[in-house]
Amino acid sequence: MPKPHIAAIGKVVRHVTRLRGGGSAFPGLVIEKIDPDFTRDTLTSLPYGVVIISGTNGKTTTTKMTVELLESQGFKVFTNRTGSNFARGVTAALLADIDYRGNLDADVAVLELDEAHAVKFVDSIPPKYSLLLNVMRDQLDRFGEIDTTAGMLAHIAAATTGTVVLNREDPRIAPIADILPEGTRSEFFGLSETLRSKFPSDDDLHRTVNSTHTRDADVILQRIDTNTAVFHMDNREETVQLKLKGVYNIYNAAAALALTRTIAAERYNKKALLSALSEVRPAFGRGETLTLDGQPVELVLVKNPSGFRLALESFAPDGYATMIAINDNYADGRDMSWLWDVDFDSLRNLGVAQVGGVRAYDMALRLQYDEVEVVDVTTDVSKALVNLRNKYPTQPKRIFCTYTAMLKLRASLGKITEVERIL
Amino acid sequence: MTKRQLTIVQLYPDDMNIYGDWGNVLTLKKRAEWHGFDVELIDYNVGDTFPDNADILIGGGGQDSGQLKVQADLQKLAPTLQALADDDTPMLMICGLYQLFGRFFKTSKGQIIDGIGIFHAETHAGPERLIGNIVTHNEQFGDIIGYENHSGQTFIDSDMQPLGTIVRGAGNNGQDETEGCMYRNVIGTYLHGSLLPKNPAIADALIEEAAKKKFGDFTPTVIEDRFAAKAREVALKRPR
Repeated sequence: MPKPHIAAIGKVVRHVTRLRGGGSAFPGLVIEKIDPDFTRDTLTSLPYGVVIISGTNGKTTTTKMTVELLESQGFKVFTNRTGSNFARGVTAALLADIDYRGNLDADVAVLELDEAHAVKFVDSIPPKYSLLLNVMRDQLDRFGEIDTTAGMLAHIAAATTGTVVLNREDPRIAPIADILPEGTRSEFFGLSETLRSKFPSDDDLHRTVNSTHTRDADVILQRIDTNTAVFHMDNREETVQLKLKGVYNIYNAAAALALTRTIAAERYNKKALLSALSEVRPAFGRGETLTLDGQPVELVLVKNPSGFRLALESFAPDGYATMIAINDNYADGRDMSWLWDVDFDSLRNLGVAQVGGVRAYDMALRLQYDEVEVVDVTTDVSKALVNLRNKYPTQPKRIFCTYTAMLKLRASLGKITEVERIL
Repeated sequence: MTKRQLTIVQLYPDDMNIYGDWGNVLTLKKRAEWHGFDVELIDYNVGDTFPDNADILIGGGGQDSGQLKVQADLQKLAPTLQALADDDTPMLMICGLYQLFGRFFKTSKGQIIDGIGIFHAETHAGPERLIGNIVTHNEQFGDIIGYENHSGQTFIDSDMQPLGTIVRGAGNNGQDETEGCMYRNVIGTYLHGSLLPKNPAIADALIEEAAKKKFGDFTPTVIEDRFAAKAREVALKRPR
């Protein structure tokens, strides 16, 4: 079937699916059946090819940043913005962006893919660039062992034809540079000595951080003050005002900077780059702030022990009513053991106002053993939100939540305040 | 009067420590404190000198790579650990170290990792991971509730007692309805999640045995276990 026909069919299916309120991946499935090469042919024809961003933590925020940074360098960027971070979601996103003749008006495709899906994806569509953020214990009930996950990322790197950008501080990511095929280059982003201790990997949870490394990094996050970050690049320090919150998000900014610098090459415009960086806002649920009854409500997504620890370190509890919402659906991780690898001492002084979610009592039990006082517990997330709202009407609120708890909270919040719509 | 002290030794926390194993250590430590003891917590890692005052030993899970790292050291320690086990020292070994407390673990590549044989049991890498919520039953401890995630299939000899019989879940091997293994006061199990916070009866039994052995008696304190009770209730109803 000629390409314009495929494109037209896909777009119609997408339109109908959306009218019926269907999911984002179904139109992609239809196209896969009709023309399995559609996605590959469309993406590989882009002048700057495909960029894959993968890793355990920070994919969504880093992808969003990279897109905005590349746009600041004059690139037209296609991305899987809907957060369908698997291949079919990519096809579905493509259908939204192509015209009825099947043309995609873009220079480069920046795609967020989860590790397992990325492995299959790169076998059919080799990326020109990839960015590998980290390997942490995330839903081991899904991928098995952390070394298996690291192996998946190494596979993505090996399929990359141009440059792989790697996290210098991750003991499972950095050595991927040593096993790249001939012709594939590597670049690193990293942390200064002083910041490194703030970013424990899973290996470091109960041991001292080993700080010996010898690799040069293209971009180093030097230090962070309240609203500014200092990046070291091109042998000088660049201070940037940021709208992003949390050390972890800001480290991802270093990743996005290194990746963008690599891709931009001769188009590189530092002034535009740093100015775009200062405008980047967090992706939904990654420290986004809503307003409820005139008070801020921060939603902080937590998915795994290291992410939760970093979130607790990034956001000081002072002045906030803290809520934690833990579900155990597939997307959250079924296994609750990860809560025991997070240290909640920082919440001891002020206690936790509300615990909610299917596994609220597992969370409350966890807090009991860190001797953190818990005011109220309910397995109903929406009820937990109502309690929090009623009991702390004049206080800023912060909610640490797992993925499906966050979706539920956003839906509940959408009924009582303004919440940005997610496609 | 100075408080009575119990020494808890954590085996190989650097290499064998995933799936919330820290939760088990923390639970033992806190509950022992709540029962009125001072607690000394000692980490034992590869190459360290083994402490001579261990009252409770606890060890966790690891990836295959972690098991390889501790293998040689564990062999050196084997006579000491066997003597402690024979002398009724309470121990809790989860996942990876449970396997290595058996005779051997045979990996998916056919490699044999020698264990120390305190449990008369052997483990073979299975074709699939056994993953999910699990409930077993033990006469002394009641329902034991946790989460399992292992590819090794363990078979215990007929002269060994399992820790529990399966209510739901896979257990030792997904075939014979057994989960875990017991030898004197040594408990081995695949349940993490973590095991002890949601199963305080096991934590208290380990502490009680250690206290009786060291001081001849044990007077428990009543601990508020409301959250544990509710967490158990919820976990019982969650799908596999």
